[in-house]
Amino acid sequence: MSAPPVPSMPFTRRPAVRLGLRYAISLALTVVFLFPVYWLFIMSFKTPGEIFHFPPVWYPKSIQFGNYAVLFKDGDAVTVFNSLVLASASTIIAMLLGTMAAYSLVRFKTGGEHLAVWIISQRMIPPVAIVFPIFLLYVFFGWVDTYHGLILLYTAFSLPYVIWMMRGYIEDIPIELEESALVDGCGRWQVLWKVVFPMARSGLFATAVFTFIFAWNDFVFALVLTRTEVVTYTVQVTHYFGGQSNFWSKISAMSVLGTLPVFFTVATLQRYLVRGISMGAIKG
Amino acid sequence: MADLKITGLHKYYGPVHAVKGIDLEIAAGEFTVLVGPSGCGKSTLLRTIAGLEEAEAGTVEISGNVVNHVRPRDRDIAMVFQNYALYPFMNVFENIAFGLRARKTPKAEIEERVRRAADMLAISSLLDRLPRQLSGGQRQRVAIGRAIVRNARLFLFDEPLSNLDAQLRDEMRGEIKRLHQEIDTTMIYVTHDQIEAMTLADRIVLLKDGEIEQQGSPQELFETPRTRFVAGFLGSPQMNFVPGTLGMSRRGRGFEVTIDGDIRVAWSAAANGRLSAAVGKPVELAIRPEHIHRASKQRPQAGHVRLPVTVELVQPTGSRTFTTCRLGATAMMAEFAAHDLHKPGETIKLDIDMTRAVLIDPATGLVINR
Repeated sequence: MSAPPVPSMPFTRRPAVRLGLRYAISLALTVVFLFPVYWLFIMSFKTPGEIFHFPPVWYPKSIQFGNYAVLFKDGDAVTVFNSLVLASASTIIAMLLGTMAAYSLVRFKTGGEHLAVWIISQRMIPPVAIVFPIFLLYVFFGWVDTYHGLILLYTAFSLPYVIWMMRGYIEDIPIELEESALVDGCGRWQVLWKVVFPMARSGLFATAVFTFIFAWNDFVFALVLTRTEVVTYTVQVTHYFGGQSNFWSKISAMSVLGTLPVFFTVATLQRYLVRGISMGAIKG
Repeated sequence: MADLKITGLHKYYGPVHAVKGIDLEIAAGEFTVLVGPSGCGKSTLLRTIAGLEEAEAGTVEISGNVVNHVRPRDRDIAMVFQNYALYPFMNVFENIAFGLRARKTPKAEIEERVRRAADMLAISSLLDRLPRQLSGGQRQRVAIGRAIVRNARLFLFDEPLSNLDAQLRDEMRGEIKRLHQEIDTTMIYVTHDQIEAMTLADRIVLLKDGEIEQQGSPQELFETPRTRFVAGFLGSPQMNFVPGTLGMSRRGRGFEVTIDGDIRVAWSAAANGRLSAAVGKPVELAIRPEHIHRASKQRPQAGHVRLPVTVELVQPTGSRTFTTCRLGATAMMAEFAAHDLHKPGETIKLDIDMTRAVLIDPATGLVINR
């Protein structure tokens, strides 16, 4: 007697087909999300003729760096350097102060149970709501259009975030590790340096990257508080949007310059970032 | 001179009075075990000695110096924590060397001392590994290594074996005892496990509700408990507590305890003031399972009382058999030889060694026959 026929698996449930579908959907989504980045990137290498050509030129016939050369020749590229200085300095200061403050909140219960919530609530203030009072204050102190003025402001705005995040990471460190170090011969500062920082390394990097990105992407403060000396790249890009015409070649080249530092930072620290963010996620 | 002297120590956590006026002296080279149930204040006491907690009142003296305001690192102590407290980003060598590096010990000396400690603990082959690559027992050895490498004056152990499984715990207990014999340093060991306390200690300090209930050698606490709590805490299986009423013996010699209204247990204990005062009042007769034997064919030995009981539950352990018997309304456990097995419901006769029994006043919880 022959065996009953095995019912064939529906086409869409076959493993190979399912895998193929998954890849196709992933690819389509990747294209949708990456296309604007590609377009921006490729536009920075096009000639003005290619930029305005219709139908669009999907890729230039030859790569030319003229758009970048103009930015460096005109001195506009220095705005990227300004952004780099402001974002880096404010990130380093905010991370140092914020981590120490978070340590104090966690281990010494500084300010009681609710100080941390009060600190993070500072982030709820929309920057635009306070930028004009700050402008008046900065005019009074003579801090408008200075590095230290903007570094101070970015640091102040990043601190609540750094404190809140680092508080969570430090809480996750078993206190016995610190106590053991105290008994073994360390003082509090050594404990912070030799135990807390290495233990919270992933969290430190993850928090630092987001702090850096906040300062890097800031537009409102930089627009109001800079004139000519410390103009950041975000403000500089807007100078290329004119009433009559837009300088798309400069816009694209400047945008690429503005994207690269963050791109390389994230790419380099990706390993720590993923771990740091997921640690924070578990902590809730 | 005492290596450690604690005088009138009080510690509060908010409204909770965790340590209530403890006085304690520990001699040089002594292995002292602080034991008690959870929340009795034993870990708090240890942490206060280490300087990780600040006492509200009282003094802690190490080698004659008051150290209340001395930082932990300057107290010349080493501590082993319950969860090992190994740095996950350092290998075993670096973990052991951490304290020496913190104290700026010369490199060559660090190398030599770490290797010697590792040899002592049989972890020399693990020095390059990270803590996550070690088993629980190996981690515990590394934690102990980190303590002994420092040659500290005082070693503190905070429930170091409680994260290990039973077999490993037995093994490590032996290791710690051997270590103490080898390095002969003052050690203070916190545990809630009475077996650990009994096997390791030169002296047991039994704590309850932040106070010392009793202290002395393990045998002293086991044989002559001062309170019901001490009697019940030490010993496994636990002591039997049989409620009854104390009376004078009808023969006019000694006393007798009436259990369940009509079971009379003669007791020729020497009279003392507290015993005499308890006559006619409720008492608890406390007897260890190992002091209850199967009756032989001979007459009971002097000081033994023979009683008929009904077997209720039999628990063979391989080496001994624990048999729960019913005496009137009271259940009591007896420890028999391995093959002395009985069936539940069977009536047997027991010889109770009344010379080892303890009489407790249930109102105060104090032992009244010693």
